[in-house]
Amino acid sequence: MKNSKDIIDRCQQLYEDLDFTAAREWKAAEPGRKVIGYMPIYVPREILHAGGMLPLGIVGGGDQLEVIHGDAYYQSYICRIPRSTIELGVSGRLDFVDGMLFPSICDVIRNLSGMWKLMFPDVYSRYFDVPQNYADDIGGNYYKAELKELCEGLEDHCGVKITDEALRRSIAIYNENRRLVREVYEFRALEPWKAPASDVYLLIRAGLVLPVEEHSQMMQDWLAAVRHEDRPMRDNCRVVVTGLFCEQPPLNLIKSIELSGCYIVDDDLLLVTRWLLGDVPIDGDPLGNLADAFLHHSESTAAKYEPDLKEKGQHLVRSVEKYGAEGVIFASPSFCDPALLDRPMLQHVLADKNIPYIAFKYAENSGQMQPIREQAGTFADSIKLWSEA
Amino acid sequence: MTEITTSRAERPAKDAVKDESMLKQKAMMAGHYDRLTSATERGEKVCATFVPGNLNELIMCFDFANNLPEVNAIQNGLRKKSGRYVMESEKLGHSEDVCTYVKSDIGMMAMGNLAPNGKPLPSPDVLLLSYTGCFTFMKWFELLREQYQCETIMLHTPYEGDGWVTENMRNYMVKQLKEEVIPKLERVSGVKFDIDRLRENLKRSAVAEDDLVYVLQSAKNKPSPIDAYFGGIYYIGPIFGAFRGTDDAIDYYRTLRAEVQDRLDNGRGPVTPEGDMGEEKYRLVTEGPPNYTSFRDFWKMFYDEGAVVVASSYTKVGGVYDFGFRHDPERPLESLAEYCLGVYTNRSLPQRVDMLVDYVNEYEADGLLINSIKSCNSFSAGQLLIMREVEKRTGKPAAFVESDLVDPRYFSAANIKNRMESYFQMVDQKRAGVKGAAA
Ligand code: SF4
Ligand code: SF4
Repeated sequence: MKNSKDIIDRCQQLYEDLDFTAAREWKAAEPGRKVIGYMPIYVPREILHAGGMLPLGIVGGGDQLEVIHGDAYYQSYICRIPRSTIELGVSGRLDFVDGMLFPSICDVIRNLSGMWKLMFPDVYSRYFDVPQNYADDIGGNYYKAELKELCEGLEDHCGVKITDEALRRSIAIYNENRRLVREVYEFRALEPWKAPASDVYLLIRAGLVLPVEEHSQMMQDWLAAVRHEDRPMRDNCRVVVTGLFCEQPPLNLIKSIELSGCYIVDDDLLLVTRWLLGDVPIDGDPLGNLADAFLHHSESTAAKYEPDLKEKGQHLVRSVEKYGAEGVIFASPSFCDPALLDRPMLQHVLADKNIPYIAFKYAENSGQMQPIREQAGTFADSIKLWSEA
Repeated sequence: MTEITTSRAERPAKDAVKDESMLKQKAMMAGHYDRLTSATERGEKVCATFVPGNLNELIMCFDFANNLPEVNAIQNGLRKKSGRYVMESEKLGHSEDVCTYVKSDIGMMAMGNLAPNGKPLPSPDVLLLSYTGCFTFMKWFELLREQYQCETIMLHTPYEGDGWVTENMRNYMVKQLKEEVIPKLERVSGVKFDIDRLRENLKRSAVAEDDLVYVLQSAKNKPSPIDAYFGGIYYIGPIFGAFRGTDDAIDYYRTLRAEVQDRLDNGRGPVTPEGDMGEEKYRLVTEGPPNYTSFRDFWKMFYDEGAVVVASSYTKVGGVYDFGFRHDPERPLESLAEYCLGVYTNRSLPQRVDMLVDYVNEYEADGLLINSIKSCNSFSAGQLLIMREVEKRTGKPAAFVESDLVDPRYFSAANIKNRMESYFQMVDQKRAGVKGAAA
């Protein structure tokens, strides 16, 4: 049996590899293979997989990428992820990518879709719109037709075929992947001392660059390993961290939260891996099933309209309750309109339930962790005092 | 995206004679705010919605008064009140990083919600979340919904990511209008929807739109009889706000058109706050919203140098009419959908570049000036690439200045003035170079 350290070491290598060597090797292994990049927050990766393509998650350049060109494309008051993504493109690190999908998350990523069209005219670039209306015959029909258009666009551009049969197979494979991601999250929530948040992050993040089958196997191996390993349990409090759905926090930030006395028991990192909440049915119309899952069984986040005022923010409350969290940390990228505009509403909901919270901002290249460590440490202490009182 | 009434601080120089259209607009705006602030006592219901994707013709079918929060924010910017409102909202927990329109609105609510006439604005009965061209809109109205606890109707406009409108997008919007928006507006207003009433409103819109386009395109003349950015903001006021589809708008644009025609006939340049502009030395295209807290100072930096804006993207944010689109009474719901789909900020970046290149060429401009707004990711993200593309394709120089819409903390007059001065020098050099090369 593999040990968890070896698995996480491999994940860390993948994480640090800004040239995406694993994806390059995958592509080079057989002629005609295509790689399609996608940005946060969600794309139906099943469609890419069904066409024999590798979905490649692009979530910015992190804190190790030197941004030389990217800053010339963005004003100082715009978040970091688009500029480091441009850097990845301009520096040739994405030169093997045949297509890029820009999901409907905010105006920055939306506009980046057009920038990509201008800057990389040979790459298939698509803004991936999703409905904000959740009625089957309105938003559902619209979304199904969008999915169909996406399939046709990929078929045309990449010379692949996306059949219903292949889609069904891919849905089944991704169902398994999502089940395993959920299992990893459940495990961490139950025994967080055995599953440091940084390890879980790296493990899930590997799924952005690896073929899904390999990633699922990796999660299985990791789960098998950590269940048998022992690590010391600390007197940490339990927190949910939210706001991390797009620009990635530096790994050090995740570590700092834990080192300062907070076990992360849930988060909204890399939502694409668990956007759909349950298994997508395999029988019947596969695009219809994906649409149905999106409309009725998908995550809540700032980029998605919540039609019911009473439901606003309840996903966070449910997460706190389900995982027995004692507080919430709002960590939002600087200049992130969706996260920062949503934050006060979520905070009101938490305040109504007497759930304590703190808030800070970060950038993907933040270096100074001391203030965050102090803030999170004080938060952990106050939660402990509060629960003892 | 505005209707502007003049505050004491921003009052034009004494010798400036007000055109009839200006007086008319002023009266219309006063009437608008009187209607809004007396709506509750008169038993009139109020609908709040946004300027891009403003469905005024439809809203009128249900006898709602239309309250546009962006217009209020602009009014507060011009009256130098927005700074306090923004800070109030930050005190209430809103981040310093987010759009100041939202914060000005929320701060205003917290500080009495007073309209420019000094009376409190009514609580909306319905929030029509016309989700067009800007992601912030969704959060903005979620925040208002939390405050007012009123019915909120989402109308989702898909983005023209590939640069065109598909059948699927149009059908989706029409279906939302038919099955969600109209029934809910009927329910809240208690008024039955009458499609013929909508057709009549749309017919009136198209008449005014024709005259607006005439006015905007008059800037192709040399000298231009209008300033299509600072002046343009006045001109779009009624049609972007609560007047599209009314007889008032028809009258206003007819009057305006006649005035512009008269200027053209007499070879006169644009009106400025200090009277007619002097000699036209520079013709510019602008991209991005203006700054409202120092609107006059910013404008002065242009007209003092003899710079006139001949076309601007901002005057297309509440509807792009100059490429032929008109509201169409024969296809009422489809044309409302197409209107929303086509507003400037709902267009892809390559489309925006095409439009600006077109403007520079068609209006024989000397170049492009981008006013990049800190608040507005919808406009601002990608503008540096837009600048380079337009420069590359037109061979004309471009300049980039930064400010904010309604947050006075982000308007640095000295920086902007410097930048503008060097830009004008650049244009001069370019011209000298062209002349030199031709000699
Ligand atoms: S970090 Fe926020 S603002 Fe920036 S691209 Fe992502 S969602 Fe948009
Ligand atoms: S982000 Fe821009 S378009 Fe959106 S509300 Fe703010 S100023 Fe208006």
